[in-house]
Amino acid sequence: MPATLLTTTTTTTLDHARSDGENLWVPLAELKSAIGWELKPEGACRGDQCVPIPPGREREYFSEGRFNVAALARYIGQPVVHDAESETWAIGEAAGARNSALRSLEAPDFTLPDLTGRMHSLSDYRGRKVFLASWASW
Amino acid sequence: MDLPVWQGLFEELGSKGFTPIAVAFDSRGAEAARPWIEAAKPTYPSLIDEHHVVAELYGMVNVPIAVWINEDGRIVRPPEPAGTSDAFREMNRTDFSLAPEARNRLAGARRAYLDALRDWVANGEKSRFALPEVEVLRRLEPYTDTLALAHTYFRLGEHLCRAGRMEAGQRYLDEAKRLRPESWAFKRQAWNLEHEQKAGGPEFWAAVDALGAGKYYAEVPDIPPVSV
Repeated sequence: MPATLLTTTTTTTLDHARSDGENLWVPLAELKSAIGWELKPEGACRGDQCVPIPPGREREYFSEGRFNVAALARYIGQPVVHDAESETWAIGEAAGARNSALRSLEAPDFTLPDLTGRMHSLSDYRGRKVFLASWASW
Repeated sequence: MDLPVWQGLFEELGSKGFTPIAVAFDSRGAEAARPWIEAAKPTYPSLIDEHHVVAELYGMVNVPIAVWINEDGRIVRPPEPAGTSDAFREMNRTDFSLAPEARNRLAGARRAYLDALRDWVANGEKSRFALPEVEVLRRLEPYTDTLALAHTYFRLGEHLCRAGRMEAGQRYLDEAKRLRPESWAFKRQAWNLEHEQKAGGPEFWAAVDALGAGKYYAEVPDIPPVSV
């Protein structure tokens, strides 16, 4: 069964991933397209952020051409929860990073669609006073 | 519903550099939000937030909750109820009517809040409603590991409910609610995913009543309701 990986903003089907207990093994070749991480000599990298694999613990991260995405998330402080029956995994945000970002008082950016599917980012409205307000149909 | 009120404000203040951005916390997606948006015809951005991304990013636990962001992209008021009050709790739960006195209190909270917004638009950082950084920080809820975990369970739960795995989905939503009991967005969205009408049903009112003297909408200390 393919696994499904949820992040705060994305839903990705991983056709060749393997779930085993608390581990989610993603083929190295799919790492970048599936979750945006790639392996470099300096560690696991996404954009300009690189996380060195902790020395001596390689076996927690690498197995048979696969990389343990859940172990990496936990290592960098992201919560990981999963539903074994449907092989659905959710990786959240690292509280420390979120907290310091918010406490800088720099309004965190986001991108969301309107009814027509057109995408809007908060940062598109820089230079205006923004009243960011929630509502719901429920 | 608040969309038309914000439209009025945009028509009044849009030319002065003011923009509402409305975000619908609706796991059922655009189709759930569409009737309200089409009725209000907002000309400001009215966005659909299926995964409650903005709730997670800013720490919004209910609706309507708003944050004020200045021209430099800095937060000048943290998440707080946007011109509403607990007066709705006195609503007649059969015909949804509100006694005139309670209706006036609600209108008073709204007027005070809209006037505060007007003051900010007119006076910018000199407005007493644009809070100093130290005060924004004091009011901001810290983002903890527990909150991060709660939002992760919520994400798993809403996804599974939408994927037709209602029982498992609700189990994870329960976990999110347990970890972040003050989130009415979690509670009401979970009810709504179970059944579209359930978020405003007897379960909702029982949970509101269980607050007792506790608040559903926190009072905004420096924007008290005016009398109308």
